[in-house]
Amino acid sequence: MTNLKASPASRRIVLAAALALILLYFVPLWKISLQAPQYPEGIGLLIRIDTIEGVGRHDLQNINGLNHYIGMKAIVPDAIPELSYMPWILAVLIGWGLLAAASGKRWLLYAWFAALVVSAVAGLVDFYLWGYDYGHNLDAEMAIIKIPGMTYQPPLIGTKNLLNFTATSLPAVGGWIGILVGLVVGWRTWKEARGARHARATEG
Amino acid sequence: MTNSRFRLVMLVAAAVFAGAFTYACQSSSGPAAGAGDAASDVYVAPGDYDEFYAFMSGGFSGNVTVHGLPSGRLIKTIAVFSQYPENSWGYSEETKNMLNTSFGMIPWDDAHHPQLSQTDGIPDGRWLFINGNNTPRVARIDLSKFETEEILEIPNSAGNHASPFITPNSEYVIASTRFSVPIPQADVPISTFKENFSGTLSFIRADRPGEMDIAFQIHVPGFDYDIAHSGRQVSDGWAFFTTYNTEQEHTLLEVNASQADKDFVAAVNWRRAETCVAEEAGRLVPGQYVHNVMGEDRIGRSELRNSVRMIEPADCSDMIYFLPTPKSPHGVDVDPTGEYIVAGGKLATTIPVHSFSKMIDAIANERFETVINGIPVLEYEAVLAGEVQEPGLGPLHTEFDANGNAYTSMFISSEIVKWKLGTWEVLDRQEAYYSTGHLMIPGGDSSEPFGKYVVALNKITKDRYLPTGPELAHSAQLIDISGDNMRLLLDFPTMGEPHYAQGLPAELVTANQVQMFDLTENSNPHATLQESDARIERAGNTVHVYMTTIRSHFAPDNIEGVMVGDTVLFHVTNLEQDWDVPHGFAVIGARNSELLVMPGETRTLRWVPQRVGVFPFYCTDFCSALHQEMQGYVRVSPRGSNPTISFGTGD
Repeated sequence: MTNLKASPASRRIVLAAALALILLYFVPLWKISLQAPQYPEGIGLLIRIDTIEGVGRHDLQNINGLNHYIGMKAIVPDAIPELSYMPWILAVLIGWGLLAAASGKRWLLYAWFAALVVSAVAGLVDFYLWGYDYGHNLDAEMAIIKIPGMTYQPPLIGTKNLLNFTATSLPAVGGWIGILVGLVVGWRTWKEARGARHARATEG
Repeated sequence: MTNSRFRLVMLVAAAVFAGAFTYACQSSSGPAAGAGDAASDVYVAPGDYDEFYAFMSGGFSGNVTVHGLPSGRLIKTIAVFSQYPENSWGYSEETKNMLNTSFGMIPWDDAHHPQLSQTDGIPDGRWLFINGNNTPRVARIDLSKFETEEILEIPNSAGNHASPFITPNSEYVIASTRFSVPIPQADVPISTFKENFSGTLSFIRADRPGEMDIAFQIHVPGFDYDIAHSGRQVSDGWAFFTTYNTEQEHTLLEVNASQADKDFVAAVNWRRAETCVAEEAGRLVPGQYVHNVMGEDRIGRSELRNSVRMIEPADCSDMIYFLPTPKSPHGVDVDPTGEYIVAGGKLATTIPVHSFSKMIDAIANERFETVINGIPVLEYEAVLAGEVQEPGLGPLHTEFDANGNAYTSMFISSEIVKWKLGTWEVLDRQEAYYSTGHLMIPGGDSSEPFGKYVVALNKITKDRYLPTGPELAHSAQLIDISGDNMRLLLDFPTMGEPHYAQGLPAELVTANQVQMFDLTENSNPHATLQESDARIERAGNTVHVYMTTIRSHFAPDNIEGVMVGDTVLFHVTNLEQDWDVPHGFAVIGARNSELLVMPGETRTLRWVPQRVGVFPFYCTDFCSALHQEMQGYVRVSPRGSNPTISFGTGD
């Protein structure tokens, strides 16, 4: 009969990966850094699992203050519903990983990997859409600086010039942990799938 | 490339390198001033910081100026004793009390001697103290904000010149009467100087921010007490004051006070004085003085005090001695070990140096020449460590490096003279341009001089800069003292009249810098913490405008309901919480100044409109791209018209 259990090594790695995701409650996931001649010290935003905050204590307030010149609406973390769901989604993902490790069932591992990928893609798409919304839906009446055709969507990942600011968007510690977890779980999923195929082949 | 050709190239390169190296050595070892490498020694590249802060007294400007060294760049004026309309110091409702005295509000003083706070005899970068010479006062400047936080008036004093020389753990800053006066003041003939005039030496508690007070005063004979320095290391617990006019003359002092062969250095054992105070040796004497403190809410408040503890030397033995010192000594400087007390006998042909240990022995052996008003006068030979022979003309002040060398300013021969402690041998001379008064080595009056440079603070400028009419900036020279010979590097102008100065490594100050005030901790009772709370309230003839500023508008910016003759108080709160975004506020006809409001701060301008009309106000500090749009109007209606109050922004 085909062995439906993952190897002990995979189970230990999955356990470690699931536990590593707990760190995402405590460290920022993503960082948008802004550089301008007037801000040699830099100013920026950190996206956490449940909120958005400034890199410096007053950065969010100051970025909102600067954004009023281009008619961008203020970034108010409480007005972004995803920030209240995301901690729960993360909890489900962690529980799922722990369950996969505890039970050792291969299908749970495969499904977990799929859930991780879907969550990450959904998160990035959501981030993009919010960026699009902030960058494009400008208050034409209150905007002080209006440049025809100019939009202010920050990059999803990478660097972009927005007037006097250079915006750089990159994963923060939490983002890198998430990417690492994804790669490790993907690697074990691939190994397990190959092992299972090999077992079937030898049985057959 | 073949091997032999490669070798040839290397040989040539080595020769060029060696030549350049030899040239560099020659040019830096030469005594010649100024040229070539001096430029790179003082060059601070764009965006780089200077290595040292230098705090120059502003003299008759009443302020302190802050320069960077080695560049000499002026980076700040700190308002202290003088009103400063640029940032509303002494004009705004929050700061005007800081200039209160027992004579009322005084908008000016003459600031001579900055002193950095010290811990274990080493400048620590917390505070800078400075004296007000004319209406006797001492101020404390907080170096996290570069702002005056406390000013204490000194009663029973006149001409607070020997001040505020600090003790090694900032226990006290000291003060004295340069001009003896009747104490207590009295209507007496000036010609009765010898009978009726006397002096005081004051010890001011300095290590408790907000609680400066006169710990005690010592009543001393009617001489002129000129300059001072506190003892350190072996002489910690003592303070030394120079005197002149021990002749006790009251007119034409330039002749009459230059007669005696020797005047005195007064040596005060302040720890002994503390014991006497604890034993209630002194008596409380009347003396009105005002203490002004900038509170946590950033509002200056004044308190009048009415008496002070005064000790008579006769009632506290072993507290004070006179050390005979040639010819009207000016500066008195204590070397880093505390053993040597150098007096600048400004009319003397030598620099006399007293020994602290010999002084202690002379006291133990009672080698007294005489006793004046209960103060023993020690024998000159019994306290003298040595004399620097033929140092130059007009020695005034001495600073020290960490290698046992002393540097004395020569006013008349216009030079700085380097000499060796212990051997009293002159090592080097550097001309100064012109007539150096004080001189300053960073940490040069502490237990651990930081060295590297001496700054000559010159009294005469003449041709050193492009001419600017009859009134010229003062001239300073930066001199490298890191080698055996002094090397003139740079001329730079200084503002007001710097007397003494202080310097220290920049990192001791930069580590504690405040960039802005926390809006959530703004406890000014008239603060407006959010734009939606901006409003106007009338209370009788007073109109309070609770105004906010944020890039780039005022709230409110349209104000109606004010009448001619009202007292309008603009309480302006800067809502910004961003580094280097102050906003200004100015309104036509304000007979005081503008406001300059730091982020998170509230400042209040009093305005009494005199004419009917509509008057603009605007932001004076170029805050943003839309700074020019940061403006508003206040409508002034006739007296008695009782106009309706209305206000708003963008309505």
